Amino acid sequence: MTTLLGWLAALGLVAGLVMGFGVAPREVTQGNVQRIMYVHVPAVWVAYLAFAVGLVASIAYLARRRPGADRLAHAACEVGTVFLGLNIATGAIWGKPTWGTWWTWDARLTSVAVVFVMFLAYLLLRGAIEDRERGARYAAVLGIVAALNIPLVHFSVYWWRTLHQPPSLLKPGSSTMPPVILAALLVNFAALALLGAYFVARRARVLAVEEEALA
Amino acid sequence: MAWKDLVIERRSKETLNALLFFSLALLFVFQFALGPDRERLASALPGLLWLGFILSGVLGLGRAFLVERENDCWEALLLAPGDKSAIYLGKLAGSLVLMTVVETLVLGLFVVFFDVDLGRALPGLLLVIGLGTVGIAAVGTLFAAMTAQVRARELLFPVLLLPVLVPVLLGTVKATEALLLQEPLAAVAHWLKLLAAADVVYLAVGILTFDVILEG
Repeated sequence: MTTLLGWLAALGLVAGLVMGFGVAPREVTQGNVQRIMYVHVPAVWVAYLAFAVGLVASIAYLARRRPGADRLAHAACEVGTVFLGLNIATGAIWGKPTWGTWWTWDARLTSVAVVFVMFLAYLLLRGAIEDRERGARYAAVLGIVAALNIPLVHFSVYWWRTLHQPPSLLKPGSSTMPPVILAALLVNFAALALLGAYFVARRARVLAVEEEALA
Repeated sequence: MAWKDLVIERRSKETLNALLFFSLALLFVFQFALGPDRERLASALPGLLWLGFILSGVLGLGRAFLVERENDCWEALLLAPGDKSAIYLGKLAGSLVLMTVVETLVLGLFVVFFDVDLGRALPGLLLVIGLGTVGIAAVGTLFAAMTAQVRARELLFPVLLLPVLVPVLLGTVKATEALLLQEPLAAVAHWLKLLAAADVVYLAVGILTFDVILEG
């Protein structure tokens, strides 16, 4: 099952590359640099998807106390953090030639950075507690606080300042994006989502083996 | 619970005294870091004020469960009859009183040393401080209970707390800034709503999950 997911992800990534480099046209003003968007944007979607999974798994763990839910929460939050890091890194690489700077304290950059640090702290807490069962409980509580805090972070930072171009897909009204680019974006999103799911499944499996070995 | 902590605190004055000196020291550090330029000082003031509140809050809250830990009363907390959320609310109330005392004095020091004109802004400012303090204390109490039993707790507590508090910090600083410029309360209504929403979320999570943390 997990192996199948892995192969599907690999297939999706190949399709994503073909769509991003082959099918999608060169952007007129930004040139080839724009193609990094096909990784940049899906990565942040997958990250937030993973944090949502982490939230649900954390609540499920506190309700039922199944170790499986805890491992899922751990794996999902870890993979989400990695994808968010990927998003920040690709954003910086795109920002240097386009905005002329690696980093700016713009609203969406800042909020993503705050969420990133929040989940790094979550992983730090995971590492700091030796007792497995207590670590699971504490991490679940922190996971819930951190996930619920994401909307608060977004609103506060948005009101604080904004200059980032508004989201062109997830907004009311019709999309302003040409269909080819949209298709390439969605194919890459599917590919990265499959990859994320594969990572989560593998990571949860590794955690289970670790626990068995320590038990 | 709150009563017990307050009585202990009143008798020992341990935390309160240390926090007051800490705030005073912080005030000097701010002054030295920014130099005597009045303009720059005035524009940085709301941020400095809340930095002072949050840093003294972090120090105070980090100690919230130390009494139980040092005196081996953690088990007594677990065995206490009744709802565990009552312990949370008790601890929260105790921390709130302590933080309010410190914040009042810090605000006073700011007025004296940095020549701030509170004037008509005071009622609005008190509302902002109240909302912000509840938010800080609500997450802080929850995380303090969590880190009380963990190694490297002094380090882990602020590391967990500070990123989560970013919305509260932004909201309070921006609202304070506007109020000090004598803007009406309606101009910061969106920040007040955000702070209230944060308080509700943190309090709800704290009340609902506190028994999970106390389990051991």
